[in-house]
Amino acid sequence: MDAQLTLGPVQYNWAADDWRDFYFKVADEAAVETVFVGEVICSKRAPLYDKHLPDVYERLTDAGKKVVFSTLSEVTSDIDRRQMKKVATAEGFLIEANDVSALYQMAKGPHYIGPLMNCYNEEAIEVYAKGGATSICLNPEIPKSGLEALAKAAAPYNIDLEVQVYGRMSLALSARCYHARAHNRTKDSCLFVCDEDPDGMRLDTLEGDKFLTVNGIQTQSHSVLNLVDCLDEMQQIGIKTFRISPHSIGTFTAINAFRDVLDGKLSPSEALKLMRDDGIDAPFSNGFYHQKPGYEWHDAVGG
Amino acid sequence: MTLFEKPELVCPAGTPASLRTAVDAGADAVYCGFKGPTNARNFAGLNFTKAELSQSVKYAHDRDAIVLAAINSFPTAGRTDLWKKSVDDAVEIGIDAVIIADIGMAQYVAREHPNQRLHLSVQAGASSPEAINYYVEQFGVKRVVLPRILTVAEIKRVHDAIDCEIEAFVFGNIGMMAEGRCSLTNYVTGVSTNMDGVCSPASHVEYEPDEDDNLTTRLGEFAIDCISCGETAGYPTICKGRYDTAIKKNYYAFEEPISLNLTRLLPDLIKAGVTALKIEGRQRSRAYIKSVVSSFRQAIDAYAIGDEPDISELIALTEGGKETEGAFKSKTWR
Repeated sequence: MDAQLTLGPVQYNWAADDWRDFYFKVADEAAVETVFVGEVICSKRAPLYDKHLPDVYERLTDAGKKVVFSTLSEVTSDIDRRQMKKVATAEGFLIEANDVSALYQMAKGPHYIGPLMNCYNEEAIEVYAKGGATSICLNPEIPKSGLEALAKAAAPYNIDLEVQVYGRMSLALSARCYHARAHNRTKDSCLFVCDEDPDGMRLDTLEGDKFLTVNGIQTQSHSVLNLVDCLDEMQQIGIKTFRISPHSIGTFTAINAFRDVLDGKLSPSEALKLMRDDGIDAPFSNGFYHQKPGYEWHDAVGG
Repeated sequence: MTLFEKPELVCPAGTPASLRTAVDAGADAVYCGFKGPTNARNFAGLNFTKAELSQSVKYAHDRDAIVLAAINSFPTAGRTDLWKKSVDDAVEIGIDAVIIADIGMAQYVAREHPNQRLHLSVQAGASSPEAINYYVEQFGVKRVVLPRILTVAEIKRVHDAIDCEIEAFVFGNIGMMAEGRCSLTNYVTGVSTNMDGVCSPASHVEYEPDEDDNLTTRLGEFAIDCISCGETAGYPTICKGRYDTAIKKNYYAFEEPISLNLTRLLPDLIKAGVTALKIEGRQRSRAYIKSVVSSFRQAIDAYAIGDEPDISELIALTEGGKETEGAFKSKTWR
């Protein structure tokens, strides 16, 4: 299989029309094979997009994209459970599970395991494979040595391993909404304040260093993961599917840059320059891949 | 006459001496881990060798207490042998249950040791009946340790919808981050909570005083709090630090550094169907263990015969003297 690019679900609370228009543009312009769609962070947000789901699905499939619906990542309340069940049991669609609860609800059959689930070792791969998983997107904290061992373990099951290569990284999930907390509200009375931050809310240290990003119940990195100069190496160890996580700025530039690097039309350093010139205001990082602190940047050997 | 069946009191032990202390103070069960990265409290000087665990199990069994082995971190591919050996060793020793978080290790226990009692660690983050039922059906899990994010009413609903026992935290550190899904420490230090069993490793913590005796707390390169003179503070973690956002300055962005104390809610928890009450703190001293365990022993025994227990000692032992009923009373904290 040739290297493929996928587009992860929008993780932020975008205005519903902006959200629809983004996916229309993905259908029309983006060189990605698979598009993950659906609310993974907050069950309260999900209904905001529902009215556009049929149009988005149709536009993407008409453009030849494979569309996969992603389930909620943190399932606790009854609203969460209803939302999770609605997606996990949708008949005739491809589903990505982002919590074990979805595995319980899903019909037996091919499905995806999302990056917000834990898959760290060969035994876990076997469990997911027996359950019907055909693709597993790994947690970005897994270093190259782990990816290599996982790729070996996945091969006999014909499971496609996917790795996030661009975008802010999910570092933690919670039952509490930190957006609401910053606004002196609670999750139940949030008034959807997270819609003010299309790429999340910056959290700085008391010394003024840019540190983390708050996205509702999710805590993300401030830095933007970028593994463009590790693509060659990852393909050599058996990783062929690479996920771009969307932002409000620069997503299409990143998709094109990654596609061109995979096709040998652009060097990683040229790609990095393009993405620095058109992206959110945050440094790139790739520390996890090199088994270093995740926020750090390390030049690939020979890259 | 007792008003209800007494729940199992599950207590932490970081060392064999602490385990004996906990048993002597009235623990029904003690949980502990092997030395190394196979459990979520991989701290220097803490945890058990196989021989120590074997002797400790005998000590506990001789006194009608049981021992649970936490093997609850997430082995990366290529490293699973160490975790598997830990499971094998625990089974050989005659452990009463193994506490597992990783889905692959759960399969290993169910496949290789089908008669071994299996508990699902809080690190598995199973926070809904559906998630818990998955583990029960797939691996025969007998008990789930619930995340510290559910209200008592929600625990009751979970209890009614699952086919295994519930163990709930009642005292110690609380975290609002979903357990087993947090790589904040790794982002800053390069050491992973899930893969290495360490949250906020002491080797990466620094305290930096200024001329006014304020203490800046650092994890790796990042300042995660600044404690002014006279303030009390708990152990520094990213999720309990203070930060700035554009709309709010110098605040606990995630959670206050306070301890969980559910003593007053014990009767409600028991009515909700909780089988076992868990005390956090394998890293704590023997003196702390002795005090907390004996206080809880008295509290449970007092409630069971309709008396009001004295909980003043427990309040004195909470982090920075600040205590909370956490998530358990209502969901307004979310």
